[in-house]
Amino acid sequence: MVTTQDKLQVKIGNLELKNPVILASGTCGFGSEIKDFADTGKLGGIVTKTITLTKREGNPPPRVFETTGGLLNSIGLDNDGFKNFVFEKVSGLEKLRTTVIASIAGNTVGEFVKLVTGLSGIPVVGAIELNLSCPNVIHKGTRFNLLSQDEKAVKKIISKLRGITQKTLIAKLSPNVTDIKKIARAAETAGIDAISLINTYPGLAADIHTMKPRLGGVTGGLSGPAIKPLALKCVWDVYRSVGVPIIGAGGIMTWEDAVEFMICGAAVVQVGTANFVNPKAPFEITEGIKKYMKAKKIKSVKDIVGTLKA
Amino acid sequence: MKLFKARIISNNKIAPDHYVLSFKMPHAAGGVKPGQFFNIKVNDACAPLLRRPFGAHKINRNKIEILYKVVGKATEILAARKKGGKLDIIGPLGNGFTINPQTGKLANRQAIIVAGGHGVSPLIALAKKLSDYGARIAVFIGARTKNHVVCREDFKRLCAKLYVATEDGTAGYKGLITDLLTAKLKNILAHNTPTMYACGPKTMLKEIAGIAKRHRMHCQVSLEEYMACGIGTCLGCAVKTKTGYKLVCKDGPVFNAKDIVW
Repeated sequence: MVTTQDKLQVKIGNLELKNPVILASGTCGFGSEIKDFADTGKLGGIVTKTITLTKREGNPPPRVFETTGGLLNSIGLDNDGFKNFVFEKVSGLEKLRTTVIASIAGNTVGEFVKLVTGLSGIPVVGAIELNLSCPNVIHKGTRFNLLSQDEKAVKKIISKLRGITQKTLIAKLSPNVTDIKKIARAAETAGIDAISLINTYPGLAADIHTMKPRLGGVTGGLSGPAIKPLALKCVWDVYRSVGVPIIGAGGIMTWEDAVEFMICGAAVVQVGTANFVNPKAPFEITEGIKKYMKAKKIKSVKDIVGTLKA
Repeated sequence: MKLFKARIISNNKIAPDHYVLSFKMPHAAGGVKPGQFFNIKVNDACAPLLRRPFGAHKINRNKIEILYKVVGKATEILAARKKGGKLDIIGPLGNGFTINPQTGKLANRQAIIVAGGHGVSPLIALAKKLSDYGARIAVFIGARTKNHVVCREDFKRLCAKLYVATEDGTAGYKGLITDLLTAKLKNILAHNTPTMYACGPKTMLKEIAGIAKRHRMHCQVSLEEYMACGIGTCLGCAVKTKTGYKLVCKDGPVFNAKDIVW
């Protein structure tokens, strides 16, 4: 007999998720706040706030601004660094009773290596998501604004990391490239286990009275329902170009949005901005997917993935 | 559970741009502290996308009032909401005012409250609490014009002395509230050293922090920043302090004025 649990189970790399709904990086901290609102044990997993080797103060305020159907942010990877993660955050993550995916970002390959080496020894970390696409930080050693705009950098970083860890590796890509398929293929060739897309779109908003940008960091990353169709296209394009599973994200507010992403090729979905509006959104989305499957007599969530009739 | 649906008890216009909305708390609201806030979804649609934060204006047993000024789409929608409707609310959030950091009681039982514009909102709840402690309160309200001075009567009932300043001179002193405060402070400080509490525009708060420092007064300020989640996950509402960035939603909204990098 197939239980509900089995129906919803998905696998990325060597990581089993109890359901395909996970919380996107930067939208749930390290899980402790979400715990006040719902049972995190019911989540497919959470992706932590991006961890960098050393503490980053983050960008000057204002850091968030609402635009039509979207949220523009310039947080700037504000985090307390890797050591703090190990000593202060890991014990809290263990209590969440869900799969934990650690999001990391490095300025150099060397920093990525140090982070992955360190995380490989931490049992609660089920997978590592490489944030190659934060629009609010500047990287050394590449002439591109984002690491994931540089095909060679993507290949180099992933190949190196593949050689040093058994943990499932996920690459989070930016949509702000000429051809996202090329970048995804480069990641796959280098040995990535799954591709997470998309990160926010670079954006800008200005105050017409003060002539000042709305964000302290001037430009920011746009998320929310406004970017959903753009994200769906990226997922569909990449789905047809690579064999590894896709983790889809970009403006998922409801279970219908989540199913739409799966139809376009996402094996797993990340809920991000919706968490800010409704901390229970990911739980409601999981319930919605269950009901949809029951109504449509779908046996496994995997059967929805990539069913777009196009 | 901090996430709940609340019934709107009333939603009334009290000034040209100001409204007071009261809602029913699902459990006793006795745990709500002055200075804490509620993050409210003004409708069920995706526009506006995010919740909006509102400070607790009046705190009753199972009824909370918020005072708001219509400044944009979200507050326009809120102003049109009718009695009996439901609001999706997260709260109470944040730390609130500390009556006295050392003893839990008010130092010298003397307080000065400074409100700029609709910064009066959380200060009514605070004045009520202070007056319950038997504190002697001097209130300073600053606004653009007479029409922008709200809650005057409420404060009158709770405080010993009320001073008003308007930028155009249509009510009280003509000029900035900080100038009026400086002028009156000499006399007040001759008798005691009150604790100062303030809420309003950042430029005003900066000025007040300076005044408090010069006169060695303990001063608490309630800050505002653009906010997304309100619960400490998005790290959006950062404010620069002497020990690095802090979050208005989680570490604030009330801060010790001397900790802020103005």
